[in-house]
Amino acid sequence: MDTLLHISTLHYLVLGAALFLLGVIGVLTRRNVVIVLMSIELILNAVNLNLVAFSRHLGGLHGQVFAIFVITDAAAEAAVGLGILIAFFRNKETVNMDEVNLLKW
Amino acid sequence: MLFLSHIWLIPLLPAFGAAVMFFFGRKLKKSTVSAVCVGTIVLAFLMACGAVSQYSAWSSTDTNFHKPYQTILYTWLGSDTGHLNYVTHDGTPAPFQADAGFLLDPLSSIWLLFVTGVGMLIHIYSTGYMAHEGGYYRFFGYLNLFMFSMLTLILANNYVLLFVGWEGVGLCSYLLIGFYFHRKSASDAAAKAFIVNRIGDAGFLLGMFFIAWYFGSLRFTEVTALARSGHFSIGDPIITAATLLLFVGACGKSAQLPLYIWLPDAMEGPTPVSALIHAATMVTAGVYMVARSNALFVLAPTSMKTVAIVGALTALFAASIGLVQNDIKRVLAYSTVSQLGYMFLALGVGAFAAGVFHVFTHAFFKALLFLGAGSVIHAMSGEQDMRNMGDLHRRIPITHRTMEIATYAIAGIFPFAGFFSKDAILWETWSREGGAYRFLWYIGYATALMTAFYMFRLMFLTFHGRPRMSHDVEHHIHESPASMTIPLVVLAICAFGAGLLGWPHSLGGNDRFTKYLEPVFAGEARVLQQEGRTSQLVQGVEEEHNTGTEWLLMALSLGAAGLGWGMAWRSYRHADKGYAEPIADLSPPIYKALLNKYYVDEGYDYVFTGRRKLGKMRLGVLGLGAASAWFDTHIVDGLVNGAGWITRLTSTISSWWDKWIIDGIGVNGPAIFARMLSYPARMFEWGLVQWYALVMTAGLVGFVFYYVYR
Repeated sequence: MDTLLHISTLHYLVLGAALFLLGVIGVLTRRNVVIVLMSIELILNAVNLNLVAFSRHLGGLHGQVFAIFVITDAAAEAAVGLGILIAFFRNKETVNMDEVNLLKW
Repeated sequence: MLFLSHIWLIPLLPAFGAAVMFFFGRKLKKSTVSAVCVGTIVLAFLMACGAVSQYSAWSSTDTNFHKPYQTILYTWLGSDTGHLNYVTHDGTPAPFQADAGFLLDPLSSIWLLFVTGVGMLIHIYSTGYMAHEGGYYRFFGYLNLFMFSMLTLILANNYVLLFVGWEGVGLCSYLLIGFYFHRKSASDAAAKAFIVNRIGDAGFLLGMFFIAWYFGSLRFTEVTALARSGHFSIGDPIITAATLLLFVGACGKSAQLPLYIWLPDAMEGPTPVSALIHAATMVTAGVYMVARSNALFVLAPTSMKTVAIVGALTALFAASIGLVQNDIKRVLAYSTVSQLGYMFLALGVGAFAAGVFHVFTHAFFKALLFLGAGSVIHAMSGEQDMRNMGDLHRRIPITHRTMEIATYAIAGIFPFAGFFSKDAILWETWSREGGAYRFLWYIGYATALMTAFYMFRLMFLTFHGRPRMSHDVEHHIHESPASMTIPLVVLAICAFGAGLLGWPHSLGGNDRFTKYLEPVFAGEARVLQQEGRTSQLVQGVEEEHNTGTEWLLMALSLGAAGLGWGMAWRSYRHADKGYAEPIADLSPPIYKALLNKYYVDEGYDYVFTGRRKLGKMRLGVLGLGAASAWFDTHIVDGLVNGAGWITRLTSTISSWWDKWIIDGIGVNGPAIFARMLSYPARMFEWGLVQWYALVMTAGLVGFVFYYVYR
């Protein structure tokens, strides 16, 4: 019961792992690029969660700072990814990952 | 000394006339042309007379009896600074130099006088003869140019300048033979004369080089002095070679065997040209040159023998052809060749003075004969064939009389000019050497007989017998104008009187001609003495012993002349249409051979020119051309084509190598290898991003498991 009431570091880690797993499955299985990007965001946030959890567990601030960096990075990544996506859409009129094969020999 | 010191003006005067004709002649009137061209020659003649008389006065006061007068204007060829040298045979340097210098000595005086004198008469004659011809100024321009060249030749003081005149007269001869250039035969004859003369000139040039190399000088005075200095032995091979080569040149210019063939064809030119160039003056240039080189010839007995034998053979050969020719000018042409042979015979036996004397008398009577023939042709409206003449003696009396005198002269009838010169030659031939040389006398004697026969034949056929011309022609017969007959008369006087200058000792004369020439030829005496051939020495005491023989020989040659006349008289006195030729009656094959000039021209065509083929072979120049063409197409072009073929072959091989080995293995090989390698590599590249992500994830999971469960 204690385990259920008292939220420990383990809980965070389990949640992070679950989120990561969801993200990975999203990236590997969805055909829509927008969904894939969103799944990547999930993965990144799973990492953030891990960072913050360990920061709290260890009592230092390094993890928090790293999390803020990752959030910034995720924003930039989303912007670049969506930009590429729009440019791609203009050429192929699709957002299907299977058709992103221009560089194939 | 005015004339003597300005002797260079003598050739320049006709050169001036020629220049005027070439630049302005077309626009000048005929009378102006005559005035300029005849005027220059008259002036030249007067100057020549003045120069010779002044020379006589000058040289007789000189201690060195009759030394040559030499004036050098400037160095014309090479350099007089001493910096331009060549190496002579003994290794000493000699200056490469030829002067524009003029030499007057007894030998050139004689030539100078008769060339300008006869030239003047022929110029005057030409004003009448050419009056109705086109190209009047051209004709006189060429004649004046000829006189310039001839006078340069005579007055030159070195071999090189003599050669300039020599080539100049050859050129003028070519131009004047081809004067009627619209006639193919005339232009052919001109080309023939030019080409045959070139052969001789090549010999002359080589002889000149030999002299320059051996003596280190080309001046006549220096070469003569060296040759007489006694440094050179008699029979010196180099001198023999040089003189033989000079004689080749003389053979070309003076129409000796085997180069005489151009002279008969040269009759295509206008008749005054034949008289001036091809009888009186130019063809004697060879004699002049040999006489001028007498000091060298005396040192080369082999050359002397050659000269004598060639001369004698030419005399006989040409005279025999002359026996049956029908063209009046051709008879005279062969006669000229024959007489030139006499002159060389005299030179060859060492009787230089006699040879020169014959040149002198021959100039008058042969010029007269040609001019007379020209007058006959003029009267006959251009007819030259004696078969269509006859009985002209009443209709053109002056021509007849003058030609008769010339005929007596050439036949050697006493006391006409030819008698003295011809007998001098025959006598010298008989007496100089003896032995086998006597045989040459027999040849000369036979020639004298033939000469008399063909000349009287010419006279009888032309002036006597029955008239054989057509009525039209007969109607037009007229005596020539005074401008033509006056030169005939003057020449007739000379043809009669010229011989008196050389009245021999044996007939009570004093042979002034030989005496006059003595200084030129005297130097040979010492050489002959050295060799021990004193019998060759000029007359002197010995002669008196032989006077009887000389009289006998004279009588014999007079007999020959009379016999020739008698035979001609018997055969042609009543010549009517279709008259019989005695030689043809006697032996048709001989007659045919003579009429066709022994087929020498045909032989030359087979052997030298190649205009005729010998079987399938073409020899001579054209044959050489054909052979060269064959060589070119088959050998040279074959080599070229072979080289091309080999190049193509190697290029094919090279291209195959390049294509299959270099490109195949070297260049494409790695590419193919890379492509083969690419197939497995490609298999990793699906082009589906999510597969990559899957693989990456799998790898990640793999790593995790590896590290966790290690």
